[in-house]
Amino acid sequence: MLYREAGDFKTSYAKDNQTFPIKFDRVGYYVALIVAFLVIPFVINDYWANAILLPFLIYAIAALGLNILVGYCGQVSLGTGGFMAVGAYASYKLMTAFPDVSIFFHVILSGGVTAIVCVLFGLPSLRIKGFYLAVATLAAQFFLVWLFNRVPWFYNYSASGQINAPERTVFGIEVTGPNAEAWATYLFSLVFLVASALIARNLTRGMAGRKWMAIRDMDIAAEIIGVSPLKAKISAFAVSGFFVGISGALFFAVYLGAAEAGDSFGITKSFLVLFMIIIGGLGSIFGSFAGAAFLVLLPVVLKVVGVDWLGWPTDIVAHLQLVIVGGLIIMFLILEPHGLAQLWRVTKQKLRLWPFPH
Amino acid sequence: MKKILVTTVAAMMAAAPAMAELVFPSLSYRTGPFAASGIPFADGYADYFTLLNERDGGIGGEMVNVIECETAYNTEKGVECYEATKDQGALLYQPLSTGITYQLIPKATADGIPMHTMGYGRTSAKNGKVFSNVFNYPVNYWDGASVGIKHFKEVAGGSLKGKKITLLHFNGAYGKEPIPTLEKLAEIEGFEFNAIPIDYPGQEQKSQWLQIRRERPDFVLFWGWGVMNQVAVQEAANVRFPMENFMGIWWSGAEQDVLPAGDGANGYKALQFHNVGSDFPVFGDIQKYVVDAGKAAGAGDQIGTVLYNRGVYAAFLAAEAAKDAQAANGTSSITPAMMRDAMEALEITGAEMAAAGLPNFGPEFKVTCENHGGDGMAAVAQWDASAKKWNLISDFVASDASVVGPLIEADSAAYAAENNIEERCN
Repeated sequence: MLYREAGDFKTSYAKDNQTFPIKFDRVGYYVALIVAFLVIPFVINDYWANAILLPFLIYAIAALGLNILVGYCGQVSLGTGGFMAVGAYASYKLMTAFPDVSIFFHVILSGGVTAIVCVLFGLPSLRIKGFYLAVATLAAQFFLVWLFNRVPWFYNYSASGQINAPERTVFGIEVTGPNAEAWATYLFSLVFLVASALIARNLTRGMAGRKWMAIRDMDIAAEIIGVSPLKAKISAFAVSGFFVGISGALFFAVYLGAAEAGDSFGITKSFLVLFMIIIGGLGSIFGSFAGAAFLVLLPVVLKVVGVDWLGWPTDIVAHLQLVIVGGLIIMFLILEPHGLAQLWRVTKQKLRLWPFPH
Repeated sequence: MKKILVTTVAAMMAAAPAMAELVFPSLSYRTGPFAASGIPFADGYADYFTLLNERDGGIGGEMVNVIECETAYNTEKGVECYEATKDQGALLYQPLSTGITYQLIPKATADGIPMHTMGYGRTSAKNGKVFSNVFNYPVNYWDGASVGIKHFKEVAGGSLKGKKITLLHFNGAYGKEPIPTLEKLAEIEGFEFNAIPIDYPGQEQKSQWLQIRRERPDFVLFWGWGVMNQVAVQEAANVRFPMENFMGIWWSGAEQDVLPAGDGANGYKALQFHNVGSDFPVFGDIQKYVVDAGKAAGAGDQIGTVLYNRGVYAAFLAAEAAKDAQAANGTSSITPAMMRDAMEALEITGAEMAAAGLPNFGPEFKVTCENHGGDGMAAVAQWDASAKKWNLISDFVASDASVVGPLIEADSAAYAAENNIEERCN
């Protein structure tokens, strides 16, 4: 009843091509932005920031990045953890080498560094595809973690190989280090997420995105109609690496505060982000958000329900969590292979007709 | 989504701080590849506090509440556990993970909550002038490395010149911690040192042991944890490495680490900073008040094992500090700040240990503002496979302060410079 496009006339191409063509969606989008920017910072506390919102925002950026590569360009990557580590270590080196430069630029530069590394490891994609490419990126994952463990220059020769984020400010407000306020870290990450999502959305519906999708759907046909596989694949690796690098930098500097390559950026991280986009929906911006939210919130909710409400032993809850997450992934793959994003699309279709389906 | 948010909010309201009890969060790991080592420690920690509640009615009349939170040795979960428990009146954190310790040092310091990393964590936290809220008494990794090398020197007949010593270690914060000390000691003692890392979780160590077989080191020091320990001992037995020349740190010297290798593990050594065995009165009380009453945290079958004892010891040190804090402030409901002050003035005497049913359990030591790490006393234990028992084969000896001291100074000074910390205690 509320959700329909009847009477919502478009009088220009710009209006016809907008991201949210239906008014209800558009209003919802602006309301969400207002709540995220103007309401949550005032009510947020340390627990909400560190246990739920920061991981969600940062994983959403990583999922956006991986979705561009896997979902839009069809190049399977298992190297996300390693690429996040590149972002983290790049930001650490930049933060300690240039303490006077704003952390804002460090994070963006870390994204740039990761983009370059990602392109290097993406070069084999010109020759190999599918599972073989997955194995090549898996090699990137292990190589990068090994590199950051092995070469002391990356962790400034500290005794334990840990990197620690020093205190850095944006406009005089601390966003890294232990004294950073919850709202500041939240807003800092939110700005990056919103900017990343806008860039990703506009890239994917423009020329670049169409080329990626052409390569994904059938690379030979794409080549025949004039899409250069070299440029398309390399640009997808670069853009993906940029976002993943930003998320790695934020993950280390803003969220964890201290990190270690093998522990924080291991192969499990690569799989986690891959699960996010599979559950959320491949080739969908909304799917990246939904998948990140789902996999960040689910363990916390299960823990709260199991341990705090039902009073079960922590180990049983932890084991149950693995069972439930695994079960849900299988269930999703069978019932809705296109993920939460498709579920949302179907819901919207139904809502348009509701309450008169005929 | 909304429903999920609502349920989470409701849960957090339900978990609001319950006043007038002493809260000791236990960031434990009963799952994952390190669970074999995490479970007995968590059981010991919880059971000792349960014993105090059941037998003495808590500490100074206040009941103790141990909030357990599962970390699976994962730093992200550790941070989440910290954030979830810190507002419930947490007095002290003992994360039992060097990785999580590194995460929490700045956070706990900013929140004014003390941390005790007993025999693990950041070694340079011994320097109380820089690390105000972190304590690592009675011993740290660099002490362990020093005592271990001392023992090897004795075995080798007084000199290590020209010998080869290999450090086999977990490739993470914990395992890398002793490397600077060992490099320094290699210079002083004139032995050849190399480090072989094992990646998490360490269920596969064929290549590492192949390397050891090829290089034939005279001695192997081992910094492992969880499933890694059993595999290493088994592999050492497989390649017929002389077990008496293979020594683990105190985290690699529990029953479950050597039992799977059977007779092959006979003679394996490990450092200990407290006594072994179940021959202490406190365990009788735990059996009577906790296990037989059905209130044990685990299955109750771990009593007297090395890591269970260590959990009890950690809880005992925390309880003693809490008692001191209550006495010093004349109130039974103490704050984290009072707890911190009491830990900084903590003195463990033989009489206190005996009173708690742990006579001669660990070394006597005294914490001061400058020294948060105690005296660094450790002893060597050896596994007797036929009796299935650990035996202390040396006295508690102190580490070489002239080696460890300057390294601690340098590392803590670097941390202070990085984080603009002014020295205290002046």
